[in-house]
Amino acid sequence: MNFNSISAIYSFEVARAWRTIGQTIAAPVVSTCLYFIVFGTAIGSRMGSIEGVSYAAFIIPGLVMMSLLTQSISNASFGIFFPRFSGTIFEVLSAPISYFEILLGYVGAAASKSLIVGLLILITARLFVDYNIQHPFWMITFLILTAVTFSLFGFILGIVANGFDQLQVVPLMIITPLAFLGGTFYSIDMLPPFWQTVTLFNPVVYLVSGFRWSFYGISDVSILTSVSMISLFLVGCVLIVWQIFATGYRLKD
Amino acid sequence: MSIISIKQLSKTYASGFKALKNINLEIRAGEIFALLGPNGAGKTTLISIICGIVSPSSGEVLAGGHNIISEYRAARSKIGLVPQELTTDAFESVWSTVNFSRGLFGKPKDHAHVEKVLRQLSLWDKKDTRLRALSGGMKRRVLIAKALSHEPEILFLDEPSAGVDVELRRDMWNMVRELRESGVTIILTTHYIEEAEEIADRIGVINGGEIIIVEEKTELMQKLGKKELRLQLKTAMTKVPDDLFDYNLNLEADGTELVYSFDAKQEHTGIAELLRKLYKKDIDFKDLNSSKSSLEEIFVELVKEQ
Repeated sequence: MNFNSISAIYSFEVARAWRTIGQTIAAPVVSTCLYFIVFGTAIGSRMGSIEGVSYAAFIIPGLVMMSLLTQSISNASFGIFFPRFSGTIFEVLSAPISYFEILLGYVGAAASKSLIVGLLILITARLFVDYNIQHPFWMITFLILTAVTFSLFGFILGIVANGFDQLQVVPLMIITPLAFLGGTFYSIDMLPPFWQTVTLFNPVVYLVSGFRWSFYGISDVSILTSVSMISLFLVGCVLIVWQIFATGYRLKD
Repeated sequence: MSIISIKQLSKTYASGFKALKNINLEIRAGEIFALLGPNGAGKTTLISIICGIVSPSSGEVLAGGHNIISEYRAARSKIGLVPQELTTDAFESVWSTVNFSRGLFGKPKDHAHVEKVLRQLSLWDKKDTRLRALSGGMKRRVLIAKALSHEPEILFLDEPSAGVDVELRRDMWNMVRELRESGVTIILTTHYIEEAEEIADRIGVINGGEIIIVEEKTELMQKLGKKELRLQLKTAMTKVPDDLFDYNLNLEADGTELVYSFDAKQEHTGIAELLRKLYKKDIDFKDLNSSKSSLEEIFVELVKEQ
């Protein structure tokens, strides 16, 4: 294992986030906090509790998850797309490192950045809302698993994308709607039976449900189903990345 | 001893374009080798394959005795590449980008070495400048610094003089000679004969994806250094006069042009003597011009020879 190389890529990516701290860290934290203020404290105070959890506290896991998903995808996709776009990727390809090490550098850095954002949101939320975490181990496991899986997904997007617009489309047009419709703001039980079934095709449901369970012990689907679904998605991403590297798709002629 | 050994290397791109056709080439340790060829000859493809950026279609390449595919770590850690395009990260500083390259190639941090390289390339006072604020020539220097940051044994310079001013070119050639002194093998590509002539020990000519010739510079220059003197005659001739037989003259354009080929490198070109003889024989001419054979003409000639 070539640790100097992995650390070079990792540090480069983290330094990039540090340089653009307003955009990569402050912006997602601030925009998520707006949700707490508006939906949690302002509107939430007029809403009843869901399964014994106040509405403000109920939406926190979903909001953290939503931020984690979009941040992981945009960090990782931009991290690999930009060198492809500017041509500096030649240096990475000509370096004495394996594809796995390249992946550790880029995906590791992207996942770390979104984990930091997720934790910052949790800490900031505490200022507005009282919440507790019943299963801290599972909470951290879900955070890490989601950050890594969706950073991998972002890496794939960054390799497949043909332009900056495509990088924006996936988080904005696919992930955000899925998160909104994935039980971030409501319990799936509240939906009519037909829509409950439709919702089960939304992968974000399993993430939000499992993550909320680690906080309050309540969930829309069983915790085992949640863990299995996210693991399945992780394996899927790994297989695609493996195929990209095996064929050199979009990286090598 | 060969530091790079290329055997039956071919590359066909997905588009069907055959960029390299059965290349065989040995590069000796410690030499400066110039790969000379017109645009689109396959120079960059060849370099890109050796460096691991492009996958070969068939054939084998050893760098420092290591197969570039099965032993890519050992092979690539010996190689530094300065690409043709000025590809740099706009927002990085000179200092961080050069240190990044060193780390990327698996070398532990060594600020003293990076400082030495930056000073050598007159980049030290720009070390905190962001790359986007640098001129093209300065960016070229940064790319060289990045390639040297990990102390390669083999250095590739792809079209190093593209968009470079006289001063940088001189600095660059001085640096290349110094590197050679320290044992680094240097391979550069160019489409200028003068450039290959100025710096290289050996020259390989590549055209249409094929290596046409590989020779010591001095020998090749003798072949390539031919000049022509064309005399436009006032009255056409049917044959070259017998007593001018030694000059190997040719009659062209229906006998109205007398062509004399000579070696421009030699002190005694014979032009003055020839003109005196023509004057004595009352052979008058309207105009004359002398020209060096162009690269294209040389290629045509080299291909014909094969």
